[in-house]
Amino acid sequence: MSVDADERPVRCLVAKVGLDGHDRGAHVIARAFRDAGFEVVYSGLHRAPEEVVQAAVQEDVDVLGISILSGAHNTLVPKVMDGLEAYGALEDTLVIVGGIVPDDDEERLKAAGVAEVFGPGTPMAETVDFVRANLPERA
Amino acid sequence: MVGRDADADATDAAGTALSDRDATLVESLLAGSHRALARVISRIEDRAPGYRAIVSALHDHTGSADVIGVTGSPGAGKSTLVDKLALALRDRGDTVGVVAVDPASPYTGGAVLGDRIRMASTVGDMDVFVRSMSARGQLGGLSMATADAVTALDAFGKDVILIETVGAGQSEIDVVRTADTVAVLVQPGAGDDVQTLKAGILEIGDVFVVNKFDREGAERTRAELEAMVHRRDERTESSHPTGHHGPGAGRAAGAADDGYGATDPTDDGHRADDGDEAGSSTWTPPVVGTVAETGEGVDALLEAFDAHATALRDSGELASTRRRRHAAAIRTLIRADVGALANDAIAGHGGVDALAARVRRGETDPYTVAAEVVDPIERCVERAIDGEPSGSPGPDADPGADRPSEKD
Repeated sequence: MSVDADERPVRCLVAKVGLDGHDRGAHVIARAFRDAGFEVVYSGLHRAPEEVVQAAVQEDVDVLGISILSGAHNTLVPKVMDGLEAYGALEDTLVIVGGIVPDDDEERLKAAGVAEVFGPGTPMAETVDFVRANLPERA
Repeated sequence: MVGRDADADATDAAGTALSDRDATLVESLLAGSHRALARVISRIEDRAPGYRAIVSALHDHTGSADVIGVTGSPGAGKSTLVDKLALALRDRGDTVGVVAVDPASPYTGGAVLGDRIRMASTVGDMDVFVRSMSARGQLGGLSMATADAVTALDAFGKDVILIETVGAGQSEIDVVRTADTVAVLVQPGAGDDVQTLKAGILEIGDVFVVNKFDREGAERTRAELEAMVHRRDERTESSHPTGHHGPGAGRAAGAADDGYGATDPTDDGHRADDGDEAGSSTWTPPVVGTVAETGEGVDALLEAFDAHATALRDSGELASTRRRRHAAAIRTLIRADVGALANDAIAGHGGVDALAARVRRGETDPYTVAAEVVDPIERCVERAIDGEPSGSPGPDADPGADRPSEKD
């Protein structure tokens, strides 16, 4: 068995929040994370923020990737962040957002604790590298 | 990262004492913190340093939960059924834990754990705690990790714990065997499906479920299953059904590397034990039809689970089932520890690659190498047992003598 087997795999939740049904991006990133050796929990479509929080807490993920293409990120993402905070899970969860987010909104999301926002066309490797480089330290 | 085994060893050498941090974690779990429960399960899954002390500390608080395993071929509807079961259990006031095990890629170690997608009926209800686990390719470690996760959920106070896994392969079968009650799921019209079940999975079912019961061929599948269950019962009554475990193979391996030989005889003894217990059972597995999608038949299935739980208690089998589970846990732990010792010994000989290279150059052969590596471990064991004659520890004799009759 290789040495890699001894390393703790990165656990992540790929979540679709809100009412948009565009899950191609979520599928592609879930697959890319899997191929990078991550353990990926996929939420399925149309999740409410509190459902995403529940899944992230129960699955004890290192990374939460939120995919939003509905434009409702300003409403939904902060709710997720607040939920994580309520469970004391915010500081050791790396939250990233994928989707179409205007620059101004990106600043707001980052102020709310989102680590990075990835727009359309971001190479998969870039996202994977970002996650690897920014994994929260586990207490 | 340093080798996990080495870390675990270091901690274990200091005994099963909890570090302060872990003691706080255990305390919060027992106080009902979901986050602590989730973190404990992560530590268990990671085999993180100190996890044994955590499980050990939780052990005192367990024993109250009913543990139900759900298995079946891919696409049979396991996740959907587990979702509906969780909902029905919540309706009658039980709190629920779910451990969903999915395979991992043997190439990257990565996994997409998709069971959660279908578990949507109870979202927003934290009294249903769903945890996805991946197989991570650990030999025998999966069932151990699952059992430990169940311990954590039990200690947390969950009334019913559902373990869900695909019914293919020995490790998955070992996983559901950590449950008190095992449900095997089949979909209709799959004569072949029922056929494939014969290979190992039929034997472990306490309740059979024909899911998607509204589909064509459902009644026929149920009839086939019932016929098969009855054949199984006849066979169980007439002889020890242990032949399929292939004790011969286990024995050959045990004889070859003496270092591990000590664990194998108990293993076979345990398996023979299984047969006895199944033989004395009066439980005939019912076959229940369900439509998980709509929830139809789920209540009847719960009743079947309850009936099995009652039968287990009344016949005293619950005690033996749990004893068997503890025996399996002890064995797995010891095997893992001895395996870690063996890894250290291999490292002491310059690593497995160097040894393989020597074999490749024709300087030695794998058997000699194994004997060289294991020899010091063997001598330590002999010294510890003190006075025992070398080579064959006591228990070896008994199952060995039993074996010929098992094969008949």
